[in-house]
Amino acid sequence: MEPFQNFSGIVAPLDRANIDTDAIIPKQFLKSIKRSGFGPYLFDEWRYLDHGEPDMDCSQRPLNSEFILNDPRFSAAQILLARENFGCGSSREHAPWALADFGFRVILAPSFADIFFNNCFKNGILPIQLESDLIGVLFEKASGVAPLRISVDLPAQLLTLDDGNQIPFTVDVGNKQRLIEGLDDIGLTLQQADAIREYEARRKVEAPWVFV
Amino acid sequence: MGSKTLYDKLWDAHVVRVDETGTALLYIDRQLIHEVTSPQAFEGLRLAGRQPWRTSANLAVPDHNVPTAQSERASGIADPVARIQVAALGTNCASFGITEFAMGDVRQGIVHVIGPEQGFTLPGSTIVCGDSHTSTHGAFGALAFGIGTSEVEHVLATQCLIQRPSKTMLISVDGELGAGVTAKDIVLAIIGAIGTAGGTGYVIEFGGAAIQALSMEGRMTVCNMTIEAGARAGLIAVDEKTIDYMRGRPLAPTGELFEQAAASWRTLVSDAGAVFDRVVHLDAASIAPQVTWGTSPEMVLPIDGQVPDPAAEADPVKAASIRNALNYMGLTAGQPLAEIAVDKVFIGSCTNSRIEDLRAAAAVAAGRKVSKNIKLALVVPGSGLVKAQAEAEGLDQIFTAAGFEWREPGCSMCLAMNADRLEAGERCASTSNRNFEGRQGQGGRTHLVSPAMAVAAAVTGHFVDVRTL
Ligand code: SF4
Repeated sequence: MEPFQNFSGIVAPLDRANIDTDAIIPKQFLKSIKRSGFGPYLFDEWRYLDHGEPDMDCSQRPLNSEFILNDPRFSAAQILLARENFGCGSSREHAPWALADFGFRVILAPSFADIFFNNCFKNGILPIQLESDLIGVLFEKASGVAPLRISVDLPAQLLTLDDGNQIPFTVDVGNKQRLIEGLDDIGLTLQQADAIREYEARRKVEAPWVFV
Repeated sequence: MGSKTLYDKLWDAHVVRVDETGTALLYIDRQLIHEVTSPQAFEGLRLAGRQPWRTSANLAVPDHNVPTAQSERASGIADPVARIQVAALGTNCASFGITEFAMGDVRQGIVHVIGPEQGFTLPGSTIVCGDSHTSTHGAFGALAFGIGTSEVEHVLATQCLIQRPSKTMLISVDGELGAGVTAKDIVLAIIGAIGTAGGTGYVIEFGGAAIQALSMEGRMTVCNMTIEAGARAGLIAVDEKTIDYMRGRPLAPTGELFEQAAASWRTLVSDAGAVFDRVVHLDAASIAPQVTWGTSPEMVLPIDGQVPDPAAEADPVKAASIRNALNYMGLTAGQPLAEIAVDKVFIGSCTNSRIEDLRAAAAVAAGRKVSKNIKLALVVPGSGLVKAQAEAEGLDQIFTAAGFEWREPGCSMCLAMNADRLEAGERCASTSNRNFEGRQGQGGRTHLVSPAMAVAAAVTGHFVDVRTL
């Protein structure tokens, strides 16, 4: 995984609660056995007026002009702003793959669904949970004529708005470290191979039926 | 140490080590694998030159993409992309030595139906799957949760996951359920009460007399939809029903080892005096058959209810959600739920496709006919073995005589990755677990109900209180 670098990006306000992973990347795209190429189908049912299928040339498809990501101001957005329970539903990691492939690196919401939240960190996306009222304020700022730009400083855990306002945020230390260093989780866990084997040896005595 | 919750016991028994930041390496006893969320994980293993840590800890089955029509099963999957994905599961399992119940094997079925059915799901174990409804297995006093594909690869390679402990919630469903009210109604009522984000950050233990009175199938239905309340996992304490269910399952321990296991499993209950971070009480007697009206499972009401009015909602975000939902669902505020006509009916999914669900559905279907306005009424058993059992009991005959189609096992119209789906604007009474926009087909309108309520809608052509039939 690429290490997470500080950046300054445009905020796309997607004003809905309970955005589920089916909406983020619809089921027909899950038949792919690859990890890449999901970006053009991100929010497919909201973004296009026709029905999307894998391998379609999305540059030829009719766009839903009402959908926020089709607004030219947000086409290069790297920060997604949403309402509560973002990423609920199916565990599909295709959702963060599609968001990352589109270019999103940070998601701001009052709450996230648990599996989606974890999946983000495996794919270089930083999900940030902020107070509902604060999210409301950000929606106001991001919906003005000029798009809102935010600078993200992960080591300092600080967001800086283009009007100079600053918002501190919290992030789990382990997740923060893995994002910043771009670490391979599996490689790290395998450094604990001896501890895992010791655990197994102990557990085989306590609960032998698990191992038959 | 003092009293422990069931969750604490499961957690403590699986911690390999805890680092300075409080993050634990948690040992995973079992992993279930299906075709949709595993190809990239196997690819990752291959690219890194890694082997599975413990091959026998994994069991694979294709379910999401498989056709449920006998003809397409015989001729091979028509959709070439789906065919490649199902074939990839077979190749991956063969090359890594993982057991797979392929299409055509009588043991094939929905991943969360076959795990318990085979005795692969063990009380007291940790179970994961690249699928959010892995929470189903918590009905056995197992810590079971859904994970993403990177974590599937992580478990394959290390038999562990990096985890932090969750908060604990006890939901006690007290008293006795009324006649005609089922496990599905309990869990829908719970989600209605706490909301789809109500369980976020928690593992929920379900307790109380009404939960204890449920069969193992009913308990699985409740735990299955825990994820719809936002919780990481659902749990139900082990009792003699759990142990009786396990006895004689093909992959369960046998003989002396079974008795030894059973003695240990009996300790899988929250101790008296154990402290939960949150406790919620529900009165079982007050729960009526439930119907969802919107595009989130929390948008649910008893069958005698009316479609809510966004104007009556004070919170502007909630009012907007209601407005969006009514617009998508083609409903108007104030409309009685019992007046909503249905186009299709789906009985199946990992929530409600076990033998008990099919028996409950058949009991309502017996001697009745699917209403003329219903374009399609499907019954899709959860596994080949459920199907065989239902046929042995003559349930298939009851369904087909009533006008239902009787299909081969798989996820089917629960997520419509195969040919079983809704067309835009079609309305479905479904026993599945998600009513999100487009879940059962783009533009399709899903109402979640119990199997008995789905059949009641099929035979009358609209939602109706099954207790009044
Ligand atoms: S039946 Fe539906 S919810 Fe269950 S595993 Fe299959 S697709 Fe997922």
